[in-house]
Amino acid sequence: MSEIFPHILEGLQIVILLFAAPVFAGWVKTLKCWFQGRTTAGVLQPYRDLMKLFHKDIVLAENASWIFRFTPYVVFGSAVLAGGIIPILSVDLPLSATADIIALISLFTIARFFTALAGMDIGTAFGGMGSSREKTIASMAEPAMLMAIFTVSLVCKSTSLSQMVQVIAHGEFILRPSLAFALLSFVLIALAETGRIPVDNPATHLELTMIHEGMILEYSGRHLALIEWAGMMKLFLFATLGIAAFFPWGIAAANDFPALYIAALSLIAKLTATGIGLVMIEIGLAKMRLFRVPEFLGSSFLFATLGMLSYFMLE
Amino acid sequence: MNKLEDAIISLLASHEVMDEGQYPKSITSFTVPRDRFIDAARALKKADARLVAEWATDERNFGKGFGIYTCYNKDTEYLIVRAYAPLEDPTFPSLTKKFVSAWRFERQMKSLMGVIPVGHPDQRPWIKHEDWPEDAYPLRKDFDPSCPMPRVHGEYQWIRAEGEGVHEIAVGPVHAGIIEPGHFRFQAVGEDVLNLEERLGYVHKGIEKRFEALSWDEGARLAGRVSGDTTVAHALAYCRAIEAMTSFNVPERGLWLRALMLERERIANHIGDIGAISNDASFAFLYYQFMRLKEGFLRTNLNFFGHRFMMDRVVLGGVAVNINADGINEIYSELDRFEKEFERLVIIYDESPSLEDRVRDAGILKPEMAKDLGVVGFVARASGQRLDCRIQSAFPPYDRIVTKMTVLNSGDVHARAWVRIEEIRDSVNLIREMLRTLPLGEVKTSFKTPSPDVSGFSTVEGWRGEIVYWVQSGPKGEINRCMVRDPSSVCWIAVEQAIHGNIVPDFPLCNKSFNQSYSGHDL
Repeated sequence: MSEIFPHILEGLQIVILLFAAPVFAGWVKTLKCWFQGRTTAGVLQPYRDLMKLFHKDIVLAENASWIFRFTPYVVFGSAVLAGGIIPILSVDLPLSATADIIALISLFTIARFFTALAGMDIGTAFGGMGSSREKTIASMAEPAMLMAIFTVSLVCKSTSLSQMVQVIAHGEFILRPSLAFALLSFVLIALAETGRIPVDNPATHLELTMIHEGMILEYSGRHLALIEWAGMMKLFLFATLGIAAFFPWGIAAANDFPALYIAALSLIAKLTATGIGLVMIEIGLAKMRLFRVPEFLGSSFLFATLGMLSYFMLE
Repeated sequence: MNKLEDAIISLLASHEVMDEGQYPKSITSFTVPRDRFIDAARALKKADARLVAEWATDERNFGKGFGIYTCYNKDTEYLIVRAYAPLEDPTFPSLTKKFVSAWRFERQMKSLMGVIPVGHPDQRPWIKHEDWPEDAYPLRKDFDPSCPMPRVHGEYQWIRAEGEGVHEIAVGPVHAGIIEPGHFRFQAVGEDVLNLEERLGYVHKGIEKRFEALSWDEGARLAGRVSGDTTVAHALAYCRAIEAMTSFNVPERGLWLRALMLERERIANHIGDIGAISNDASFAFLYYQFMRLKEGFLRTNLNFFGHRFMMDRVVLGGVAVNINADGINEIYSELDRFEKEFERLVIIYDESPSLEDRVRDAGILKPEMAKDLGVVGFVARASGQRLDCRIQSAFPPYDRIVTKMTVLNSGDVHARAWVRIEEIRDSVNLIREMLRTLPLGEVKTSFKTPSPDVSGFSTVEGWRGEIVYWVQSGPKGEINRCMVRDPSSVCWIAVEQAIHGNIVPDFPLCNKSFNQSYSGHDL
């Protein structure tokens, strides 16, 4: 029983990821409406949107190749797999032993790579623009992301996420300036990676300003549903990754039920707060000019570097 | 001191013909020989005139051939110069090299009336797309609009840029948002825009032709539908042109109510646009708040004027709606409520650095360029041009209730938004003043139709800017020609110029700050 339990938990995490991600996305939208003084469609609206898309037919561009058709599954699959690596409820995950933080970031990169290819595959101007912008941002966001996470790795002496969480959550509590810098850096990158304001606007209808939406503009039906769903999962994963790396307290160390209850409750509380934080950022800012994004990501790289330096100098 | 008139008189000397039958009498009209048409333009350009509009008429039913008309303006003076071209040789000298704004007017005249601007650098059709037969000229009298035309095949010649890394982005005519159709063709290197070319005409409805089949009263209804968001101003401009032809005096209360509706239309559209500009910079909070304020105005319109946009409320002879004491009180208290909320939102607009970073220095239309292009309205005022018809051709009550003109020089997105913020503030004061001085009495009196062969001219400052109508009555006293010049006809070209030096993803924001009408342009 105790041997199979982590595997069940692994499965449970993925189920949670699949079904909690739309609710989290719905929660962010709901909060946004409240902050803007509007009535909301409720936290379950993303489910209805997904249902609608799954029921619709697919319209394929005549010159779409296998890349275009294959991409939604790659994107969805990699998001699901990432859900098996990040400790959401428990640190005792079998998959986590096989893949560390570098593998996790590579998973996101694979999804992005295919999305960018698919954007160019159908040959429309908007797809190409979206892909080129996405790659520009990725080329700066990914190193900064690695730097930020490596700072946490240095503190924990491991690149395994489970190990990192274990050390921070259950080790001795020390206020570390390096982690504060890394957190700041991580928040900036997470905004860019998940396509939120001020880097990208997930709600825009203006084709010329789109980044992520530009690449997926030609998708429809279940393809679009999978990509949208994966997008929600990515937002959820970045939220839980941030929580796991910087605020892991409450996560279950041993796989017993009381600990899991506490882990689930603390996760809900932390996600709720993360949503509020995210919406506060998005509400108060306009989208920046595209050529300001490098400065934005540059400062996030700088914060990550400062975090690493302060680890060596102060800790 | 009529400078433009003097310029023409001194130019023409013996040829001078001052036309009769052009109303109101404050507008002078000259007929010049066709070969001196360009001389007149040169003289007026020297006198620092602005080309307001250029249009053609089919006056064969008067035995005259095609009329080529131009209207010029300087300060408060409007002047019309016309020439005639016979059917056998329907050509006229192009003014494009003197006045850039003639560029599209002349292409349009060629497309729709079949009069050829000689010396025009661009002979491609405008508004009329290639699937029309080339010899179909819908504004000519012998064109039958009820007769279906064969569909032909043709290709539009785009301006192309070539070189390594140059790519083309085609946007529209169908856009992702719920807006009107128009095509934009970008030539870009990376994200930098090399050139933008617009192509409009997708909402060509044949409005000018349609006027000719309508009675004078019905004309006001059609004018109110030229551009739905400017329904009051268009109907007003039409009515004023017709009323000028008959020297008709509208009862004072009617005049005041017309102006009241005009200002309400201005406020509603301006607040909607400031919100939309914020939304295009992804600052959605202001968008929803401004939209809420706009909705409040529209609902008050519905309650007291019977229509959310006050469509068909301006009619020949006055207005179709009166307002009672309740209505006046409600408008007063609405303005008080509105002012408080609006000022708070303006503070948020003004003090959000991230929004400011987007709107400042984006989409700059330099004052010199604005002058060359002959733009009007808030676009002109944001680029240093002192143009406002409520001051230039002040009709009652604007001769007594004076408008404050806000002119900025930076010509960027922020300037266009800020001019509108100031105009909203001013309009609120104007409405208060109008309500305070609202005369008693009739709002409408019965109207007599114009006599044959006269023409009327009017300008009205709609929320986008100067709207011009020129209406001519035919031999039987019917509408022979109704020329409509929406501000969009001259301001669209400014969008092409303002985008130079910007990057592709900033275009929607720049475009929104202009927010020109497709329908008013395509007619």
